[in-house]
Amino acid sequence: MKILVCCGSGLGSSFMIEMNIKKVLVELGVNAEVNHSDLSSAASIKSDIYVGTRDIASQLTSLGGVVVSLNNMIDKNELKEKIAEAIEKIK
Amino acid sequence: MLKFILDILSVPAVLIGIVSMIGLIALKKSTSDILKGTIKTIMGVLILGGGAGVAVGALSFFGTMFQQGFGITGVVPHNEAIVGMALKEYGTQTALIMAFGMVVNVLIARFTPLKFIFLTGHHTLYMACMIAAILVVGGVQGPTLIIIGSLILGFIMALFPAIAQPTMRKITGTDDVAFGHFGTIGYVFSAWIGSIVGDKSHTTEDIKFPQGLTFLRDSSIAIALVMLVLFLIVAVASGPAFVEEKLSGGQNFLVFSVIQAITFAGGVYIILAGVRLILAEIVPAFTGIATSLVPNAKPAIDCPIVYPYAPNAVLIGFLSSFAGGIVGMVVLLLMEKSFPGLPIILPGVVPHFFCGATAGVFGNATGGLRGCIWGAFAQGLLITFLPVLLMPVLGGLGFANTTFSDADFGVVGIILGNILQFIK
Repeated sequence: MKILVCCGSGLGSSFMIEMNIKKVLVELGVNAEVNHSDLSSAASIKSDIYVGTRDIASQLTSLGGVVVSLNNMIDKNELKEKIAEAIEKIK
Repeated sequence: MLKFILDILSVPAVLIGIVSMIGLIALKKSTSDILKGTIKTIMGVLILGGGAGVAVGALSFFGTMFQQGFGITGVVPHNEAIVGMALKEYGTQTALIMAFGMVVNVLIARFTPLKFIFLTGHHTLYMACMIAAILVVGGVQGPTLIIIGSLILGFIMALFPAIAQPTMRKITGTDDVAFGHFGTIGYVFSAWIGSIVGDKSHTTEDIKFPQGLTFLRDSSIAIALVMLVLFLIVAVASGPAFVEEKLSGGQNFLVFSVIQAITFAGGVYIILAGVRLILAEIVPAFTGIATSLVPNAKPAIDCPIVYPYAPNAVLIGFLSSFAGGIVGMVVLLLMEKSFPGLPIILPGVVPHFFCGATAGVFGNATGGLRGCIWGAFAQGLLITFLPVLLMPVLGGLGFANTTFSDADFGVVGIILGNILQFIK
């Protein structure tokens, strides 16, 4: 399974979320490859789940994966809940 | 043998690779992970250099056309482009200042009330690079340069989040998360303007704002589009004859301009890919080490941390800041008449996007919609005028057609550079 986190330039916040997702995946006992990128590159990095904050999540809907839209990028509980839900959907 | 070791260490790519290797060893990673991470980091630095070549190539055509068309120097501030250029010359100092600066940040957070850990790795890298360049230009050398540079970097990594924190509490409603992006002075300025002219009861999020502009969040597209407009203006101003004879080798001047605009965006894209590889190992290592040594510190996170709190303010802030950049440019053009040789700062799309958007959210937090509009506008003016004062202290880099863009680079650079000039 592949998870891609996106933000405007693919440097700071997507990287932060990626590190948090890796922790969440350990807690959930799920094995997945997590990467981060800018919006331009996202279309060429085929993934099962695309993650972004709610202000850019609409840009990810056309990419063909499950989109996770976050209201708060540092809220671990929200992240864990939504990632678990997305993983459930693609099973 | 000593010369061999010195030769290895004076290659910035290798040195930055070693920094990330130390991080990986400290995190007790497996040998294969250490090898992989180190090589990726070195590759990142080399890719960044390649991207800088592409971006700077296009930018120098732009500069030449601007000079020909208007008879003055045009500068489009872009952190990525200037860092790409500067690392070729100041890479070794940058790597050491960055590494020890992060150590200083952890020590300050551990032992002083400034409990902030600055986690925005690319800004740490860019700031280290600017400090290195200014110190070298100011005549500081050797170990003194690294020590002074690291102390300054580590200190501002802890200080600037503290300056932003009062407004951050208003935006996020908690005190658990801090803000780490070197445009802080611009955002606090925006929040201050917002508190004066604003009306908190009417926020940006109450209005229906067309979300059609969200595609500009894709920074490569935004850079290409804005550079396209700027390139076409200078192409027309400098005339087809000049462009086709001197620059394009006969290619139609408009076609040439379109290709160069997109080439510039492509160069920035490559630089960002390099930065991403460089940081891929360093940031998790720093985060892991820092949070375990200073568990009660607040993580200071990159500017998009505030975007979800006010998506409308993000777009309004961008437009308003960009408008400020255009007004500032016109003011500079008028001032140039009395101060010949003044560089004209054009609105760079990346700084206006990220800094303008953030300034919009800060202004909205203290002054609602009006605060967002005027705060971001003021921020746009600020990041147009700061580079004018910053460029003279950058030495040879100050003559490039690009420079450091965000407010804190201007503020820190101008203060540091002028102190050094004064001592000299």
